[in-house]
Amino acid sequence: MRNIWSLVKKEVRAYFSSPIAYAVTAGFLLLVGYSFYNGMAWFNDAAMQMAQNPYYAQQININEMVFVPLFHNMTIFLVFIVPLLTMRLLAEEKKTGTEELLFTSPLTVGEIVLGKYIAALIMVAVMLGLTAVLSAFAFAYGNPELAPWLTGYLGLFLTGALFAAIGLFFSSLTENQIVAAFLAIVTLLLLLLISWVTSSGSGGWRSVVGYLSYSDHFGNMTRGILDTKDVVYYLTFSFFGLFLTHSVIQSRRWR
Amino acid sequence: MIEVRELTKKYGELVAVRDLTFKVEAGRIWGLLGPNAAGKTTTMRILTGFLPATSGHATVAGFDVFDKPEDVKRSIGYLPEVVPLYQDMTVTGYLGFVAEIKQVPKARRKASIARVIESAGLKDVSRRLIKNISRGFKQRVGIAQALIHDPKVLILDEPTIGLDPAQIREIRQLIRGLRGEHTILLSTHILPEVTQVCDGVVIINEGRLKASGSLEELAASFDKTDGVLVRLRRGGPEEAALFRGLPGVGNVAVEGDEIRVEWSRGRDLRDDVARLALDKGLGLKEMRSMAGIEDLYMKIVSGGLEQ
Repeated sequence: MRNIWSLVKKEVRAYFSSPIAYAVTAGFLLLVGYSFYNGMAWFNDAAMQMAQNPYYAQQININEMVFVPLFHNMTIFLVFIVPLLTMRLLAEEKKTGTEELLFTSPLTVGEIVLGKYIAALIMVAVMLGLTAVLSAFAFAYGNPELAPWLTGYLGLFLTGALFAAIGLFFSSLTENQIVAAFLAIVTLLLLLLISWVTSSGSGGWRSVVGYLSYSDHFGNMTRGILDTKDVVYYLTFSFFGLFLTHSVIQSRRWR
Repeated sequence: MIEVRELTKKYGELVAVRDLTFKVEAGRIWGLLGPNAAGKTTTMRILTGFLPATSGHATVAGFDVFDKPEDVKRSIGYLPEVVPLYQDMTVTGYLGFVAEIKQVPKARRKASIARVIESAGLKDVSRRLIKNISRGFKQRVGIAQALIHDPKVLILDEPTIGLDPAQIREIRQLIRGLRGEHTILLSTHILPEVTQVCDGVVIINEGRLKASGSLEELAASFDKTDGVLVRLRRGGPEEAALFRGLPGVGNVAVEGDEIRVEWSRGRDLRDDVARLALDKGLGLKEMRSMAGIEDLYMKIVSGGLEQ
């Protein structure tokens, strides 16, 4: 446990001593901020018009109309941003030869993988935490429901965690950070695309493929539905990503 | 302290190390000598637990490398060929991180860092970022990192590669200073490094053991003759005949502007040779021992000799 913590500290420090954490966080905040502003502006107009009609006035809901689309946008930003955070984690150690220090220290491969992963999770949490400040405006000037907002953010964090596990896996495959990031982004986009394909199909395979995509599971959470099935999905696939990373490192050393 | 038996490592079809067997006693400095691509780095990576062997046994500090890798890793300090440095850390920060992952207890960490900064001569750069210090200092940080947990065994892969002559001398001095407290295995392809720093040597080529033992043992077993190369202050190689008359001297030959005077091993005629040169008023410009091990190494590497 202490070993993991040493690695986590080192990785988080490395993020903040290079420009990457600042650049990526700033970019993410800019994108989220703009999305949020746009959503709120549209909501204001729409709410004003709907309020004229007593029937529509019932349906004005800031959660549905602002946060749900915002959260969906944020997962798309995460598709591009999380791989940028994870690309260096293992690829850089391999390229600079520092992996030789790690793997000849009394650390297990599992500890190394977990340490790196937890550091990435901390970065994801910090970035999401900063965007939560924006929502404070919505809570200050409107009356959104707290529960769906909270499950939405939990969903975002779990999505970030899943993306980080996949990003870490690709970082273990290559010593080239660009390749690691690119392959991770392509994989994450594929996971998103299969949900579009399944929305038009039907039959048993549809539900299987639909289960693989994170977007259905995430959709439930943005609407305030916290189902164990969805949480299990995220945990299983994140664990699977870490397991593959572990296997890649082990097998490369045994080849 | 280090024992290797019938170690073999294959990368697919390529055999990097074949049936390697050697031994290093506690407290000695042993050189792992061989041309490039002889299997030195592979051998060291197996000993440090970075790579698994295909077959064979290795024990370090009494622990089997394959059964007890964690114990071995705790007893080894390792300087890889490419020094594993995090460029964005300060020297002290880096040593602190290494101390943590090498499991130096928290109470002793500060003292350990101070100790290695002192012994590797890093005081002046301890607060600087690693990317901003010179190649020589980076190499010292590498050695300091290997020493941080005060390991019984040090494994140094080409510790002087890429340094200028002054830095090479400093690093060699540093390594010599560690004799006794640590058992050291260092690899090199530079022969003088072995004769200046090491007590013994393991010579490998193309993954096979060619010779191993202490320097004296090796020289004795391969060379039946001992001798000196003499360069005179006044007078050239034409004076060679003079030395033939010395009692005990065997072969005398001229090599360039040097005279090679040989005698059978077991005696030492250095004084006699020098006295003769001075008595005859020829003076001495240079007199050096015949490089027994150098000849040996060249023969081994060119493939002409097996033990």
